Amino acid sequence: MSDDLYPEAILRLAQSARGAGRLDPPGLSATTDSPICGDRATVEVRAEGGKVRALAHAVRGCVLCRAAAAALAEVAEGTATAEIAALPGRIAAMLKGESQAPSGRFAAFAVFAPVGPHRSRHGCVLLPLRAAAQALDKA
Amino acid sequence: MNFDLAAIRRQFPVLRPGLHYLDSAASSQIPAPVIAAMDNFQRGGRANIARGVHRLAERATEAYEGARSRVARALNVAADEIVFTAGCTAALNIAAQGLGSRWGEGDEIVISELDHHSNIVPWQILAVRSGVRLRWLPVTQEGRLDLDALPGLLSPRTRLIAVTHGSNVTAAISDVPRLAAAARSAGALLLLDGAQVAAHGLPDLAALGCDLYAFSAHKLHGPTGIGVLWARRAVLESMAPAFGGGGTIARVAKSGTIFADPPARFEAGTPPYVEAVGLGAAIDWRATIDRNAADAHLARLTQRLVDGLDAIDRQRRAIRVLGPTGPRLPLVSFAVRGAHTHDICQMVDASHGVALRGGHHCAQPLADALGVEGSTRISLALHSGDDDVDAALAAIDQALGRLLR
Ligand SMILES: Cc1ncc(COP(=O)(O)O)c(C=O)c1O
Repeated sequence: MSDDLYPEAILRLAQSARGAGRLDPPGLSATTDSPICGDRATVEVRAEGGKVRALAHAVRGCVLCRAAAAALAEVAEGTATAEIAALPGRIAAMLKGESQAPSGRFAAFAVFAPVGPHRSRHGCVLLPLRAAAQALDKA
Repeated sequence: MNFDLAAIRRQFPVLRPGLHYLDSAASSQIPAPVIAAMDNFQRGGRANIARGVHRLAERATEAYEGARSRVARALNVAADEIVFTAGCTAALNIAAQGLGSRWGEGDEIVISELDHHSNIVPWQILAVRSGVRLRWLPVTQEGRLDLDALPGLLSPRTRLIAVTHGSNVTAAISDVPRLAAAARSAGALLLLDGAQVAAHGLPDLAALGCDLYAFSAHKLHGPTGIGVLWARRAVLESMAPAFGGGGTIARVAKSGTIFADPPARFEAGTPPYVEAVGLGAAIDWRATIDRNAADAHLARLTQRLVDGLDAIDRQRRAIRVLGPTGPRLPLVSFAVRGAHTHDICQMVDASHGVALRGGHHCAQPLADALGVEGSTRISLALHSGDDDVDAALAAIDQALGRLLR
């Protein structure tokens, strides 16, 4: 049996912990919880002129959740807030096999394609993305 | 009777090479004789019970009531004290609503940090509705009920102590004589959630010392959709029905309803009569296996798991095995600093076909009390063997090698 849910790219992304921490001065923030495992993601964003200027996160979660938060931090700066807000829907569609893996700006999320067949783990990837969308919603 | 692992395994259709099913504490697997008993009944005897006078209905009623007698005999209690429910959770809710209808402001119930949400939330619902006060029995860092703290929680207002008979996370088995003595001295009832203990052999309830007991069939190699609430006759008679409907009544008039005597009072609607036959068959099947030999086999495997995890930890220095040393249920939960339980579970399945459960195991107050975010649980059943233990330990070691770096 193969262990294909955890390619090196995802393990490395999680380990990078890119974007972990807090913003100073603080930005808009939202927290999402997973009822299945009790995992929790808090994402903080600062936006200006329709673009994300800074993003930080605090994640208590699995490799997938931490890797997704790091990927989010990788792409956030300079991205249109509308695109970040649409990210949970977009990645959910990719996981469900309804759309292609993203290319271009969001290509970093292609590493999560192997999560597709594991329905119970989709929420892990989406947890920090939903927190980011909810934080922007507070603007 | 002796313990023939290969013969036991052959009876479980789901077991196949490459699968190490170590999640029996969540749902146990079902052996062929139990499937066959339900299948035969479905093919040749299905009819709604207690309502029809045709022969098929009469035979179905006999089968249903026969299952009740079978359960009662195994528990060493009277058949009319056995209420069939939809499961352990349903049994606990029926108990909470049924007992709670007599209680309100000024009454107190002791529940515990060690318990499954199914034996917490029904009491919280009751507390919100009725004003009953909940007192929390703490858990020791070893993962046992802290019975030294119990006297301080009891008062003349205590109506009930509702706690687990055995923990689905720490594997601790509760000291029932001590609980029963405390309940008696306070003039309170004692309810035990037997979901995990009943999975390894039904207790003698005449001797145990509690007043109410709940469990599910699917954890003892029986079907889903059925469980049991047992209570002493006088306790059942004092309880109001949680659900109304067909089967629960003696007489219905526009002016009101007179309820039937227990157990019918608590079995609203068409009961899971096929599943009742399955539960009876599961008890029969279990009785073909030597209890002492099975207990010894599982205790040995459990110790191998604990020792194996300790050995892994000597290298990795990150594992905390939860639960007491000494007698415990055949399950082992552990938390790993720096590795998430769902990553561990996913990896051990992918690499070795090892099926484990991770998370808070429906016991969040316990996770909080022990200071862990979640844990990974290895749970054994009659068909478990050394090969399962070896696979689990090898898979866990490999997963931790990837996750802890
Ligand atoms: C200790 C304990 N109590 C109650 C339950 C609930 O059982 P069920 O889900 O079958 O109603 C479980 C099952 O996970 C359990 O382990």
